[in-house]
Amino acid sequence: MSDFALYGVVLRSRLMLGTSQYPSPAILAHAARASGAEILTVSLRRESARLKEGQDFWRLIRDIGARVLPNTAACYSVKEAVTTAQMAREVFNTSWIKLEVIGEADTLQPDVFGLVEAARILSDDGFEVFPYTTEDLVVAERLLEAGCKVLMPWGAPIGSGKGLNNVFALRALRVHFRDTPLIVDAGVGLPSHAAAAMELGYDGVLLNTAVAKAGDPVAMARAFGQAIEAGRAAYLAGPMEPRDMAAPSTPVVGKAVLT
Amino acid sequence: MRLVVNGVEQEIEAATIAAALKALDYENARVATALNGEFVPKRAREATPLKEGDRIEIVAPRQGG
Repeated sequence: MSDFALYGVVLRSRLMLGTSQYPSPAILAHAARASGAEILTVSLRRESARLKEGQDFWRLIRDIGARVLPNTAACYSVKEAVTTAQMAREVFNTSWIKLEVIGEADTLQPDVFGLVEAARILSDDGFEVFPYTTEDLVVAERLLEAGCKVLMPWGAPIGSGKGLNNVFALRALRVHFRDTPLIVDAGVGLPSHAAAAMELGYDGVLLNTAVAKAGDPVAMARAFGQAIEAGRAAYLAGPMEPRDMAAPSTPVVGKAVLT
Repeated sequence: MRLVVNGVEQEIEAATIAAALKALDYENARVATALNGEFVPKRAREATPLKEGDRIEIVAPRQGG
């Protein structure tokens, strides 16, 4: 599979995997390796002085060896998201941030106004921002103006597993932003959804729940890795144009007359 | 002095963020800190004084999507 780059980092795998909700740390580690993902998303949460769970988790992530993309999950304001990003930069020693500014709790829909504002503040402060956004083309323009060099539109609401809810708009984004890496982030439930995103020409897919909540997360991680490779290969191969009516694939000329 | 650490009120004798981390046994942990909603970088912890009622957030790596 062809290499691509996010903020100058060359990657082979086009799958970015979340690290949450796995049955166990060991299964997370196996699934991450089976997926082939080179980027794992992580978060920051309050650390208990007694349990120090975060220290164990960090050792596990380091052992897996992938690059981390910290998020600002569950931040509902620009200030919360910016402060979380600043803390993440120090803890994870990376300027990468998956920027989430959530606007509504039931859909976890991005607050695109806050998102653009936070993206500008963070980009100006030297962050390399991966904005979790909607499929809105004008918002995408504003995010690029704010300094983002990657866009991550949702497929469907986080954790819903619905796939690509608005293929038309996702396709329009791809056509409009030819040179910007586009990642479908959120809502992917099946490998076929991921393959569909790649067939549209998307550069990658970010997912979590579909692997973590599978009956066999390791096998599902592998399946997603394969689907993303297949989808990318199909995009590069140039899919046929669909049509409304049938067109015989077997030649009509030369058919024996048997009546 | 009464401080609110990760949302829990505690009585801690500490003049700075760095001293509070030590008193709470976070000294060698990989954590980031915020004071009353503002990020306090590691290098500023020694020089960041605390006062009665301050809210300290101490966060660490965790699973995320």
